[in-house]
Amino acid sequence: MSLSLAGVSRAFGGVRAVDDATFTVADGEVHGLIGPNGAGKTTLLNLISGLMQPTGGRIELDGHRLERLPPHRVAGLGVARTYQNIRLFAGLSAVDNVVVGEHRQRRAPFWRRLLMLPAARREERAARDAAEALLARVGLQERASVPASSLSYGEQRRVEIARALASQPKLLLLDEPTAGMNPGEAAAVARLVREVAGEGRTVLLIEHNVRLVMELCQHVTVLNFGKVIARGTPAEIAQDPAVIAAYLGEGP
Amino acid sequence: MSDLFLAYESLIAFVGINGLLALSVYATLCCGQLSLANAGFMAIGAYTGALITLKAPGVPFIAVLAAATLAPAIVAVPLGLPVLRLRGVFLAIATVGFGEVVRLFFVNWDYTNGALGLVAIPQRTHLWTIALALAVALYGLGRLRGSRTGYALEAIREDETAARTMGIYTTGHKLAMLVAGAALAGLAGALEAHHTFIVSPGTFVFGRVVDMLVQAVVGGTAAFYGPALGAAFLTVLPELLREIGARLGLAPGPFRLFLNGVILLAVILYLPNGLVSLPARLRRRARGSA
Repeated sequence: MSLSLAGVSRAFGGVRAVDDATFTVADGEVHGLIGPNGAGKTTLLNLISGLMQPTGGRIELDGHRLERLPPHRVAGLGVARTYQNIRLFAGLSAVDNVVVGEHRQRRAPFWRRLLMLPAARREERAARDAAEALLARVGLQERASVPASSLSYGEQRRVEIARALASQPKLLLLDEPTAGMNPGEAAAVARLVREVAGEGRTVLLIEHNVRLVMELCQHVTVLNFGKVIARGTPAEIAQDPAVIAAYLGEGP
Repeated sequence: MSDLFLAYESLIAFVGINGLLALSVYATLCCGQLSLANAGFMAIGAYTGALITLKAPGVPFIAVLAAATLAPAIVAVPLGLPVLRLRGVFLAIATVGFGEVVRLFFVNWDYTNGALGLVAIPQRTHLWTIALALAVALYGLGRLRGSRTGYALEAIREDETAARTMGIYTTGHKLAMLVAGAALAGLAGALEAHHTFIVSPGTFVFGRVVDMLVQAVVGGTAAFYGPALGAAFLTVLPELLREIGARLGLAPGPFRLFLNGVILLAVILYLPNGLVSLPARLRRRARGSA
């Protein structure tokens, strides 16, 4: 599923958090979105997932216009995301968090459960089994019944990824998935992202770990002060003078 | 002896009616919305039911109850669409306003005798009617847990923003629960009207919805049966303690309010998850001392 942004802007009063951003994420690729702190990366993710409306420009997902859709409709088109500051359902267990992620996949209407029909029970068991399988995939099968709030930081991030995958997304938006993780955990997440892309899902990845971006991404877009300052393959980005200036400052 | 039974029959009826009302507040509470419109919904149900019974005595009671359930549910839709955009205390304030508007409407409506209200309503509510209504309400709310809808409601309660990006239509879910709560409150209102012979606006003051909320919180909102438990507890206990109050020379009305306050305080301080968390807490304590 390909995502294209054309002239997307979002202003907060006088501040242009995203300023005329234009780039395309090709179907099935892992696309990196990098930039210094405050460059507008998370705002851009909020615009794509429908939590905010852009003040200008268009966002298209396989021909569907996204910029005026509410978040649940964007999710309905196959977009799932994680959050930089982790938004799990703190009172629910790890596995229940993932079951919630299956909301869009499940169809059983409530009246069927009211009548205690076996179909409802089967559907519930299938949902739970699928959630447990996803937790196993992120290496947390033993932590399934632990409340999300009692999990470690790295575990919470992985549950959040499992919850996003539970909706069988065509486009997965990851906001700093390895922040606060040790190198071993980060490597496991990198493996998972590669696997997910191998299933034909498109991934848009915000990440500060440069080595991870270089390894994982086919293309990278660099933001600074809301503007796209560079686009290209990781190798091209690493050589780009504008990117080097943005990260290290202008030379003397 | 028969007097004694009559007294208890009424008490049992109020346990059931208050249980329905506490559940009506729980309906919105379980998806994290503090709506205090339920005294208003109850009034609409009570007046709808009483008017049908008084003006068209031939209508069967089940149809009267259905109308009393439906009327506030219909009103809840245009109310909910704008006010459910509000969060937390703002939603509470807006819905309190709605309750007062409904009450003042009936105070000023000559057709229902204004502040005097409707009197001499035939007693058509039986204990089994109340028990059946409570059982249906408990069953419906109990089946929510573990269902797709139930998970969506829990998600909305925990983090509405995250729920939306999971594809959950939060406005629809919140509205559905507001409507369900309104229906329950209306049903309870009609049952009460046909039990006490009378409907007057003074029954539906702000304090009434506070009672419902206190009962739900004392019982505990972690489990669907908690609010009904709290309602039973707070309805029966003052009756048991009434004798003591009388011996101390206290008026029963203020004494009941005072007692409710003390119980609420005790529950919040020592049992913040309500009566339903008592068994788990006792077990923990037993294990701790062993």
